[in-house]
Amino acid sequence: MQLESLYQEIILDHYRHPHHKGLREPHDAEVRHVNPICGDEVTLRVALKDAGAEPAVADISYDALGCSISQASVSVMSDLIIGKPVSEAMATCDEFVALMQSRGEAEPDEDVLGDAVAFAGVSKYPARIKCALLGWMAWKDATAQVMRDGEPS
Amino acid sequence: MTLDVARIRKDFPILDRTVRGGRPLIYLDSANTSQKPRQVIDALTEFYERHNANIHRANHELGEEATEAYEGARIKAAQFIGAADETEVIFTKNISEGINLVAYSMGNASAGSSGPDRFRLGPGDEIVVTEMEHHSNIVPWQLLCERTGATLRWFKVTGWDGQLDLSAIGDLITERTKLVALVHQSNVLGTVNPVREIADRAHAVGALVLADAAQSVPHMPVDVAALGVDFLGFTGHKMCGPTGIGVLWGRRELLDEMPPFLGGGEMIETVWMERSTYAPPPHKFEAGTMPIAQAVGLAAAMDYLNEIGRDVIHAHEQQLLGHALTKLADIDGLRILGPMTPEGRGAAISFEVDGVHPHDVGQVLDELGIAVRAGHHCAWPLHRALGVQSSTRASFYLYNTLDEVDALSEGIRQTQRFFQVA
Repeated sequence: MQLESLYQEIILDHYRHPHHKGLREPHDAEVRHVNPICGDEVTLRVALKDAGAEPAVADISYDALGCSISQASVSVMSDLIIGKPVSEAMATCDEFVALMQSRGEAEPDEDVLGDAVAFAGVSKYPARIKCALLGWMAWKDATAQVMRDGEPS
Repeated sequence: MTLDVARIRKDFPILDRTVRGGRPLIYLDSANTSQKPRQVIDALTEFYERHNANIHRANHELGEEATEAYEGARIKAAQFIGAADETEVIFTKNISEGINLVAYSMGNASAGSSGPDRFRLGPGDEIVVTEMEHHSNIVPWQLLCERTGATLRWFKVTGWDGQLDLSAIGDLITERTKLVALVHQSNVLGTVNPVREIADRAHAVGALVLADAAQSVPHMPVDVAALGVDFLGFTGHKMCGPTGIGVLWGRRELLDEMPPFLGGGEMIETVWMERSTYAPPPHKFEAGTMPIAQAVGLAAAMDYLNEIGRDVIHAHEQQLLGHALTKLADIDGLRILGPMTPEGRGAAISFEVDGVHPHDVGQVLDELGIAVRAGHHCAWPLHRALGVQSSTRASFYLYNTLDEVDALSEGIRQTQRFFQVA
C-alpha cells in the first residue's frame, strides 16, 4: 500500500499532537482561510518582531478544522518558521509550494524544509495538495498584511 | 423481478478497469456522477460518425437526422417524467443551469415594468428553500433575492434523522411566497421529501414550486403530475448519460409567460436592431447551438434505464441500502447522517467516523480501490445545521453489488485501524 508513504509517521504525530495550536496574543494580523472543496478551515495569527535589518517571525498560532494532512502541515510549518527572518520564511514557503506542485518528482531539500519533507508524498495526490497548503497560504497572507499595513509589534 | 447485476456490470466498460496499482474498481460515487453503459457511449459515437449536423437550421439530410434525434430525445425526456407535452422540456447543460434559468427569468421579469406578475419579485416577496438543498438550489435564489429585494426563507431540518421540519409550514409558506424550491431526494441524507404535501400548501397560497430531482429521477419512477410541481430539473450525467446535458421541465402556460434567460441564435422569432420577439417554448430557452450529441446520449441512457425499469433499479438499490445501513451501523464510532432505515430514503449514505477526517477516510478507501466522496457535498448549510464539518458519502446505483457494500464496511474498519481509532 502507498498509504504509508503519504501518511508518514511524522505527519500522524503532528496530527494527533499539533504544535502551536490555540490562538495566542500578541498578534499583528489574523486571517481565516477556507478550502471550499471540503470546508476545512484555519484561523491563523502571526506576530512579527524586529530582528536587525529585517523583521522576523515572532509567533504563529492557529485554530483549525480539517484532515490529518492540513492539520499536520500547519503544525510542522509553525515549528519550522517561527524565529526565522521573514524573507527566509517566505523562501521556505516557496520551496514547500514547489514541492507540492512537483507531482512526486522533486527531491525535497531537508536543509530548507526540515520535517516538511515528510509531505513529499502528498504531491502525488492532486486532491490533497490544497490540504497541505492551507496553513502555509494563511501564514503568507497574514504576514503580507503585516508587512503592508504596519510595523511589527 | 430482480436485477441481473452481473449482466448489468458487463454493460459498463469502466467497471473492468483497475485502480491504484491493480485493485478492482469499487465505484460508490454515483450520486456525484454515474458511470456510462456501452449503449450510451455507442450512441454518442454513432451520432458523431453517422448523423452529425446542427439542428433546426441545416437544410440537408444530416441536419434532418440530427434534428429528429435531438427532438426525439425531448419526447423521451417528457415521457421519462410523466409529462404529456414535450414542449415543456427544455434542454440545459445541467440542473444548475435549469434552476438558474428559472431564477434569471424571474429576475428579468422583475427588472422591467411589464413582466408577468407571478414572476415579478420585489421587497416583501419571499422565496422558500430548505436547509438540505444542494448549493445549486440555494445560491441562484440568494442572487435573485439580492437583485430584487425579495427575502429568502427556509425549512430547517429536524436533526440527524434528516427530515424537513414541517411544523412551521404555515408560517413559512404564506401569501408573500412567490416560489418554493426544494430537493426531491437529498444528495447527502438520502431523504425523500414530501414534495406533494409542500407543493399543495404552496399552491394554496398562489406560489410556484420547483423540485430538484437530480438524485431521484435516475433511481426511481418520477411523475411530475403526481409530485404536483410547476418546475422539475434533473441532469443527464447522474443517470448513465453524458455530462453537459440536463433537463428543466416546466408547465407550458408558465413557460409561455416567462421572459427568456439567455439570448442568442435559435431562441428568436424575429430580430430587428431595436428589439426582438421570441420563439415559443421550449426554443425560447435554448439559445445557441445546443449539446446535440449529449441529448442523443441522454436518450440512449433513458432507453437503457427504461428497459431495465426504474422500479427494478429502485428495488435493487433498496436491497443494497438495507444491507449497507446494517453493516455501517455495526461499526463503532460511525454515525450516519440521515434516516437509519431504507424507508423513505435513497441509496446515498453519508457518515462520520470518529477521529478520522472524511478526506482521510476517502484516501484510505481510494487506496483500496473504493471510490467515495468526502467533503460537504455542495451542502454546506446542511452540514452546519447538523454540527458536522464534512462527511464521507457512499452512493449506490444499479451496477453495485452486496459484495461491494461488504468491501466498503471492511474498508472503513481498515481505515479505523490505520488511524488507530479502533
